[in-house]
Amino acid sequence: MTTLAIKDLQQLPVRLTSGHRLCAGCAESIIAKQIMMGSEDPLAVSLSTGCFEVSTTVFPYTSWNTPYIHTAFGNGAATCAGLETAYNALKKKGKITENINFVNFAGDGATYDIGLQALSGAMERGHRMLYVCLNNEAYMNTGIQRSSATTIGAQTTTSWPGTVSSGKKEFSKDLTQIMVAHNIPYVAQVSPHNWRDTVQKAQKAFSCGGPAFINALSPCPRGWRFASDQTIAMAKLGVETCVWPLFEVVDGKYELTGESARIASGKVEKKPVMEWISSQGRYKHLLQDRWEPVIEQMQKEVDRRWNKLIKLSEL
Amino acid sequence: MPQDIAINGDNAVALAWKQIDPDVCAAYPITPQTIIVEKFAEYVANAEVSTEFVCVESEHSALTLCTSSASAGARTFTATASQGLAYMWEMLPITAAMRVPLIMAVANRAVSGPININNDHGDAMAARDCGWLMLFSENVQEAYDMSIVAPRIAEHHSVQLPCMVNLDGFVLTHAIERMTMVETQDVKSFVGEHKPLYPLLDVKHPVSHGNMDGPDFYYPHKYQSVIAMQKALEVCEEVFADFKKMTGRDYHLVEEYKCDDAEFIAIILGSSFGTMKATVDKLREKGIKAGCAMPRVFRPWPVEALAKAMAGKKAVAVYDKHLSIGSYGPMFPEVVAAASDLDKLPKMYNVIYGLGGADATVAGFEKSFQAVVDGKAEKIHYLGVRL
Repeated sequence: MTTLAIKDLQQLPVRLTSGHRLCAGCAESIIAKQIMMGSEDPLAVSLSTGCFEVSTTVFPYTSWNTPYIHTAFGNGAATCAGLETAYNALKKKGKITENINFVNFAGDGATYDIGLQALSGAMERGHRMLYVCLNNEAYMNTGIQRSSATTIGAQTTTSWPGTVSSGKKEFSKDLTQIMVAHNIPYVAQVSPHNWRDTVQKAQKAFSCGGPAFINALSPCPRGWRFASDQTIAMAKLGVETCVWPLFEVVDGKYELTGESARIASGKVEKKPVMEWISSQGRYKHLLQDRWEPVIEQMQKEVDRRWNKLIKLSEL
Repeated sequence: MPQDIAINGDNAVALAWKQIDPDVCAAYPITPQTIIVEKFAEYVANAEVSTEFVCVESEHSALTLCTSSASAGARTFTATASQGLAYMWEMLPITAAMRVPLIMAVANRAVSGPININNDHGDAMAARDCGWLMLFSENVQEAYDMSIVAPRIAEHHSVQLPCMVNLDGFVLTHAIERMTMVETQDVKSFVGEHKPLYPLLDVKHPVSHGNMDGPDFYYPHKYQSVIAMQKALEVCEEVFADFKKMTGRDYHLVEEYKCDDAEFIAIILGSSFGTMKATVDKLREKGIKAGCAMPRVFRPWPVEALAKAMAGKKAVAVYDKHLSIGSYGPMFPEVVAAASDLDKLPKMYNVIYGLGGADATVAGFEKSFQAVVDGKAEKIHYLGVRL
């Protein structure tokens, strides 16, 4: 395993080249590069349809300097599983000699919603692959529509705030817990501001010998309405407010990591959700007095999930 | 010596697969295909094949997993029917556009609704515009033989297209017939080693599969598939000729029965071709110069071979086991188009029959064919429908 020293990580091959068409300030390529630094062995990549896919593979160009495949939207896990299956078949016949790792990157739409069945199936079957959700909390590729990862109160183009609406009505689905319930060897949440934590988790995911799932918070300047030079700050704030705790679950054992571990141990103070809400245009309407109860509701739910996570990490 | 055995259509397909021993097989059970994957799973359990066998959670994932597996360079097989094929539909044109030569057995069954498990061609016909090669079988022997020829055609480097091997649900999948096996070593040498083009897992030469096309490339890429389909007509004939050398069994783009001197012919697909042959014999006993033909290769659509079969005929009746509601049976307009360059266009009729497993009998075929001969048939006739 490579050390986490930047000079060592820089020696790894550049698998995603520059010149792709992601928006300025998009977190997706940052997260993907950090994740891929977790694999010293050659890496085959599949992408579910989404921002990352359309931005990196517009024919006749490709940003991928590593084996890459895309088939459709709701089936990234099955696509990746197909590569791994073919690998197993060809390796045992001696037609492939290298060790190869497998990763699928997908947005929250492709993961929480349309691709959940394929993801669940692939994890249950035990394919040796890592599935990474680039979670920007809405369907950004089609123009910022709500997903089941969108948080309560957020404005999207299908959950408008209006005279009778405060934006999205529901809390986000807790997909990471659903993946833990698959009893796979490795599950984690990451944030791109803490690259060391992310690379380390990716190393563990690639070496766990079975299916692994990483949910990555992927701030989106367009969809969340913040300045494109604030991406990393936004990711950090997500962790500091405990809206997006950093943790890993290794063979069922929970452990808080990074800033989240420090908040839990009382070394660092947890920031109020209000800081998160007031930093992003998608929540701007919530600052009206009449939607104050929504902010309270959100704080309450963030606290509930955070406290539950602390309990789980104590087991 | 090749043995004769008693076997049903599904088991015959599974047997061909076992003899080929593909690298990967992923499938989801659905009646009437289920026996294929059950039998194959048994071969896997007893190490009679070296295949990586994946029991996926849906047909969508089955075809997805097979598509990426084939892209990775593995010889890959799957099977489905009806709702399963419908559920795969999103992937069907993607698989074809990615030019991966995977093989899929389709146990033809009616598509819901209403829900119905019996045979017709609704599933395959709804998939016909997706860019796949499509072969049809008249009987269990042919379902087995087509399973052996399919990889040779699909994997040919100037074709590189996925291939459906169609066999009628229950009528063939569950019916036990006498069949002549090919020796396993002969099957293996006939099919040969898989030599994939640009396999994805060649990590020393990384390639991107499934990129996004703008208008400048989408249309030209589709046209490349057109060229591959045209080429597949020749390749089918080459492969059929080689198969004949090995087995003596002679296959053609279009199978003809008593067409040469016929004045009236029926064109029909799948197991009903046998029923139609019996009908032709009965009509001939009455002094009617009848014949029938089956497009064994449905995609690519064998225009010239069909036109040849129809040349000089007084009338052609196209029997469709599916219906484009509000139009004709799916095969009818294509047969008319194939006939359109003939010096004299025969009278063209469409007969819809057998939907959702409705009876397809010699008596029914004879009556409807007789109406064509007598010039009394309707343009489109719904054979045997109970009102």
